[in-house]
Amino acid sequence: MILLDASTSSIGQTSFISIGMFLLFVGITMMITYWAAKKTKTTSEFYAAGRSITGFQNGLALAGDYMSAASFLGIAGMVALRGYDGLIYSIGFLVGWPIIMFLIAEPLRNLGKYTFADVVAFRLKQRPVRIAASIGSLSTISFYLIAQMVGAGGLISKIFALDYSIAVVIVGIVMSAYVLFGGMLATTWVQIIKAILLLSGASIIVLLTLSHFHFNPLELFSAAADQYGSEVLSPGSYISNPWDALSLGMALMLGTAGLPHILMRFYTVPDAKAARKSVFVATGFIGYFYILTFIIGFGAMVLVGKEVISAGGTDTSGNMAALMLAEATGGSAFLGFIAAVAFATILAVVAGLTLSGASTISHDLYVNVVKKGIANEAGEVKVAKTATIGLGILSIILGLLFKGQNVAFMVGLAFAIAASANFPALILSILWKKFTTRGAQISILTGTITSILLIILSPTVWKDLLGNEAAIFPLKNPALISLPLSFLAGIVTSLMYPELEAQEKFEKEKLRTYLGVGAE
Amino acid sequence: MDKNHQEILDSAEFKKLISTRWAVSLALATVMLSIYFGYLLLIAFNKPVLASMIGHNLTLAIPVGLGIIISAWLLTGVYVLWANDKYDGAVNEIKAKIRKN
Repeated sequence: MILLDASTSSIGQTSFISIGMFLLFVGITMMITYWAAKKTKTTSEFYAAGRSITGFQNGLALAGDYMSAASFLGIAGMVALRGYDGLIYSIGFLVGWPIIMFLIAEPLRNLGKYTFADVVAFRLKQRPVRIAASIGSLSTISFYLIAQMVGAGGLISKIFALDYSIAVVIVGIVMSAYVLFGGMLATTWVQIIKAILLLSGASIIVLLTLSHFHFNPLELFSAAADQYGSEVLSPGSYISNPWDALSLGMALMLGTAGLPHILMRFYTVPDAKAARKSVFVATGFIGYFYILTFIIGFGAMVLVGKEVISAGGTDTSGNMAALMLAEATGGSAFLGFIAAVAFATILAVVAGLTLSGASTISHDLYVNVVKKGIANEAGEVKVAKTATIGLGILSIILGLLFKGQNVAFMVGLAFAIAASANFPALILSILWKKFTTRGAQISILTGTITSILLIILSPTVWKDLLGNEAAIFPLKNPALISLPLSFLAGIVTSLMYPELEAQEKFEKEKLRTYLGVGAE
Repeated sequence: MDKNHQEILDSAEFKKLISTRWAVSLALATVMLSIYFGYLLLIAFNKPVLASMIGHNLTLAIPVGLGIIISAWLLTGVYVLWANDKYDGAVNEIKAKIRKN
């Protein structure tokens, strides 16, 4: 039942519909940015939208931050080419959300102000902890940003038949404009609009697909099994080494709770109750989205066909599967709409990353390290805006520099650092009375350094990328080693060098942690 | 730190609030961790179970996978229900005491 004729497909041709849709999106979001700019003067407005976002809105924005083009196109493609295995991968991304809810969201909201380093440093010595936390934060953001920019350039040049470099420059400029002028308020609304567009676009693809199967997903699965064998409906080769699976699972699950741009969103809501609600809403939408991508993947497998998706075996990522299915079921106008949504998705995600990087540089490094905690509002906003421009330029340069490189491993690395540097320090700081300044420093550095070192020695980089014969470290993701090591380093150091002052403050801060008394 | 705050910190009520909060959170987190890592281990060590057919061209793996997605969401819902009702109730009581004194 192949619906798409590859020879007449308009993917990769300059489409006026998709360009028109995209310009419409940029136009509307720029108007929002203009509106937001007038309301963005103070630091609380720039970093946290003046804490004016509701729990439901923040839930949508969190989902928007998390549902990248890579996950939409990548997971649908993985399902289309490898069947059930794509679902295993997406489940890993989802299960970190309940962990954020149970362990992090409320204490984070009550104790912090703008960044997660606020919480780690709350009762410890500001400067050393802020420096360490910035290292963890900025390395997570950089690797994530490189992966997003390179992916963006590649995708956009494929979808719109636009030159790679031009695509990277456009993404860099537009997203910097959102952040620079509109701060968190504009970034949040861009994220909300994009989340609604992506969720409705994906829902329409699913409805159109299921209309060929009497709106019964079971008939779709049957058709896939008839065409490609019933193996596509159960776990295949994706998990062959259980240790690999555990390590990646750990990085995805606990890394989500250590992503700076996600954690930062909890400061945009008024209180802990709204923070709680936003995780519930986000988890629901993200879960729904992964169910949609699963069906879209099978739809593409059956209605477009594996051979067409993999372009006769040359494209193993299957990134174009969702777009091909959109064209097959809804025609070229609908393809234009979905392509524009994918572009919008990329913009929104990199804007969120850039904002959190700028906050780390201005709030953690400039104010609390350089200025020792004393800086005026106007000065801090100015530094944050300068940092935004710097990061915008940097992201364009990195995007151009890594052109054509295989950077998929960098997402895994970002999650590994988030799980092994940011998460342990954050959770120990919230839960463990005896945690110390030195413990935080050592734990964050251990997590960052071992993650980066082990990924260089892993099969993905050492063997596949650098061309060595065998990898020195056997696992593809380092979290299984780096995460426990980071906890161990933090705990042992804290026990060796106790910090009585920090223990006293831990007791006193409990009214704020648990009751929200005195929260920002 | 005034005396009133110190009294709250030392009260049995406040201590119970914190210990209950973490008991609930850690229990729910353990459920999520067990479901997810149980699933991964099952895939790693016993694929045939998940590949077994439970209907015409429907494997056990599909409802299990989708069930995990739904269970993750439901667990966050359980926490919200508990926190909105029990936790916030206790917090408001303690806060009222702070204000009264």
